[in-house]
Amino acid sequence: MKVVSVPGSLDQQTVDGFFDEVSRLDAERTLFDARHVRWVDPNGMVALLVAGAVAGRGSEERPRLEPPESADVTGYLARMGFFEQAQEVFEVSKRSGRRPSAGGSDVLLEITRIAANADVHAVVDRVQRGAGEILSSRLGYPPSAVVQFSVILSEVCQNILEHSESEGWVAAQAYNWARRLGRYVVVISVMDVGRGFRGSLGDQHSARYGDRWGDATALEAAFLHGLTRFPDSGRGQGIQQMRRQVQRWNGSISVRSGTARIAQVPSWDDSPPMVEHLAPFPGAQIGIVLPAKEG
Amino acid sequence: MTDLPVDPIAIDVGQVLQHTETSLYAQLVTRPTGRAVRMAIETRLHGAGPRSLSLIDFSEVAILDFSCADEVVAKLIQRYLEPDPHEAFFVFRGVHEPHRDQVEYVLERQGLLAVAETAPDTFELLGERSGEEERAWRDLERLGYVPAPEPGSAAFPDAPEPVWLDALVRRRVAFRSPVSGRVHALSHLVQHLL
Repeated sequence: MKVVSVPGSLDQQTVDGFFDEVSRLDAERTLFDARHVRWVDPNGMVALLVAGAVAGRGSEERPRLEPPESADVTGYLARMGFFEQAQEVFEVSKRSGRRPSAGGSDVLLEITRIAANADVHAVVDRVQRGAGEILSSRLGYPPSAVVQFSVILSEVCQNILEHSESEGWVAAQAYNWARRLGRYVVVISVMDVGRGFRGSLGDQHSARYGDRWGDATALEAAFLHGLTRFPDSGRGQGIQQMRRQVQRWNGSISVRSGTARIAQVPSWDDSPPMVEHLAPFPGAQIGIVLPAKEG
Repeated sequence: MTDLPVDPIAIDVGQVLQHTETSLYAQLVTRPTGRAVRMAIETRLHGAGPRSLSLIDFSEVAILDFSCADEVVAKLIQRYLEPDPHEAFFVFRGVHEPHRDQVEYVLERQGLLAVAETAPDTFELLGERSGEEERAWRDLERLGYVPAPEPGSAAFPDAPEPVWLDALVRRRVAFRSPVSGRVHALSHLVQHLL
């Protein structure tokens, strides 16, 4: 059995390296050793599910997951609904515990599987009911922000259904980024294991790019120019609108697909706008960070 | 015969959504839901005769995403701009702050124009338009209607240029009576439905 050591801190900073390692796995059964995980955010949790789904492809047996030893981390994963989703992806060793109530916490959206339009409705419904309080108390956003927040989630989840032709997961949570930013942020993660941007756009658009066509150009085409595989001119607006709204809130948004990652980077973030030559990884992985208003 | 051979109808999008089979939820999100709502509206217009004026009311819709705005606003307008025996006009009600951005964006993206109630008793022209079209529409809105020009008679005071009135009619944001030739502001024609 192949063993993948899950990074001790699994978040947006470390997921690319984690995916690179998973992309090198062969058909042998895999054990994801998460015992030493001390910190995980929505990107990390959803990444773990996506990694398990990829590792389990073409195999009779699901990969194994050794959960974190830290009771705090396990409790948090349980609160986010991680273990319920993980049962479908991994063979999970004991210690995963019951799911405590999310009431009173900063969870905006527990990990939710997106496989059909009804799931998108459910996400928007759930966010409508509970996110307004967190957005206003933690981020200082006006009460109406919950509408735009719901619209972002709707568009980003539909992206999975319409473009990946696969399924994926979404999660969102508020955190105090005391050291990094000195403010609260909301972290949203949406990932799928589908055909990625290059696969989605290839038939319609690869010819015009010629030799330059690849993951990076496909990401630029969709992220910067709103290209889509649909001939309908009303399509392709979801990502454009997400970018616009995230920019209004001075947030960051990044998308990894295949071997590249593209980002819209605000002044407080030092991430590069484009990263290439990552290990090839299926699907698309979107991370959004929305900071609290200053002052 | 009346000067207005249309009987404006009100369509409550919130109610249409509730009766749409694809949705058990209260939000106007996802493209299939938007498409189903648009088709339900089109079905209602199908029996409305050669021309119709509809007040499409979003007041009871809490969330409208871009996919649904594209289906229920942009594609609905587009559908009736095509050569068709049915001439349809729309006023969109309840396009207040939470929905405005989505509606405005899809209209601009498709090069369309629409009359929308953006705050109680406030109508605006949303979408892609020229300064002349905007000014002509505001003048028409203030006047309520502009009579057809008659040879030898003085121009209607402060009336917009006929060329811009024609443009507004062509883009379906003003209604020209086939009886009198008067051009009416759409918001005035749906006042009794508000």
